[in-house]
Amino acid sequence: MCLGIPGQIVEILDPADHRATVDVDGVRREVNVGLVMGDAGGIKVGDWVLIHVGFAMTKIDEEEAASTLDFIKQLGSVYDDEIRDFSAEAPL
Amino acid sequence: MKYVDEYRDPAAARTILSHITDLAQGRHFKFMEVCGGHTHTIYKHGIENVLPQTVELVHGPGCPVCVIPMGRVDDAIAVAETPGVIFTSFGDMMRVPGGNGNLLEAKARGADVRMVYSPLDALRIAIANPDKQVVFFAVGFETTAPSTAVTVMKAMQKGITNFSLFCNHVTIVPPLKAILDSPDLRLNGFLGPGHVSTVIGNRPYRFVPQKYGLPLVTAGFEPLDILQAILMLLRQIDEGRCEVENQYTRAVPEHGNPRALEVINTVFELRPHFEWRGLGFISQSALKLREEFAPWDAALRFSVPGVRVADPKACQCGEVLKGVIKPWECKVFGTACTPETPIGTCMVSSEGACAAYYNYGRFTKHDTVPVELTGRVKTPQPA
Repeated sequence: MCLGIPGQIVEILDPADHRATVDVDGVRREVNVGLVMGDAGGIKVGDWVLIHVGFAMTKIDEEEAASTLDFIKQLGSVYDDEIRDFSAEAPL
Repeated sequence: MKYVDEYRDPAAARTILSHITDLAQGRHFKFMEVCGGHTHTIYKHGIENVLPQTVELVHGPGCPVCVIPMGRVDDAIAVAETPGVIFTSFGDMMRVPGGNGNLLEAKARGADVRMVYSPLDALRIAIANPDKQVVFFAVGFETTAPSTAVTVMKAMQKGITNFSLFCNHVTIVPPLKAILDSPDLRLNGFLGPGHVSTVIGNRPYRFVPQKYGLPLVTAGFEPLDILQAILMLLRQIDEGRCEVENQYTRAVPEHGNPRALEVINTVFELRPHFEWRGLGFISQSALKLREEFAPWDAALRFSVPGVRVADPKACQCGEVLKGVIKPWECKVFGTACTPETPIGTCMVSSEGACAAYYNYGRFTKHDTVPVELTGRVKTPQPA
């Protein structure tokens, strides 16, 4: 939650509604990219972002993404919880 | 994983450690790592064991789940048990005990409590269930507040009226002030939080050197990041400097994320007071919805008891959150209080110091030592 998890943008679904699909360690999910679209260079497929609770909050480079993902993986339960929550569809 | 290896390079670690050892001779230094993520790195990699004994790390309040007081959990349960309500929460909050059990137990008693990953999921549930009132249990520092803000703005734009927020967002700077004003703990500097700073930037920390005369270095999460940030703190002290420095430049822009700060400011305003677990009431330390968003405020829509509940006597999360005691110094640590049967929040949250210590650090215990202040403490001005 407070620790962001890094993901790579794999598809921009709807730029007007800020929807994009990201890949986090092989798991894909839709996130909101509205808070990073104004960054230098905008947001495009292939970019890496730090994701907090379904929102991309910071653009990072691939190196930082790898380092952060590895850090979160080492935390064991933090990673497991994050990936479980990230991959879960909310029950409607 | 070539990228990761360079942050674990033993030769680089030895070089930094030798500099740290040189600068830390002759007196004791006590630095607080504000963020629970840093606490994990420190325990996981045994950083306390490689540092000279004169450098002590104490753990701070930077765990969003840990700082929620028991009374707020009881309030959440009261809303969740209101007929016709679907109550949504991050998974981390579901096991946090209130005075009247936790949200999972409320669910077992029949309340419709659902775990969501994102506030947008809660909004989707509201759209799919127009005959129900969907409440989202909003918690977290500036890392999650922008997401909640965007969600409420979407609810307003789409005219979704069966969605509301039970708002418990907090901000990182006021508890740092409270810790600095507290007579319980004397510090020589801070390791500033990593991911919160990607949102707020480094400027909000300037009061630490300016008002309290202490250095703060924003740090990344790799072991070498932590060691380098400690060295940067020691260098500042050695050179008579005192400023906010950024070790984590690869993720933290100086000004944070302006768009995220803007949406926080659009939707939220500061509360006059908010109770923090262990730290008590801190003025202007939390966020509430602005008046124009009142229709989405669960605190106005539902009857919220608002009762203050004292922490269990045995639980010392408050002292742990303030850095006054180490997790293992708590009387119930690892005996009555474990990650499986937590009594306090610091053991519930995977970002909590007690959970981190329980998982990695149980065999290394370093006592806390009083230190002389390096800063010139001025009389704190009212905020």
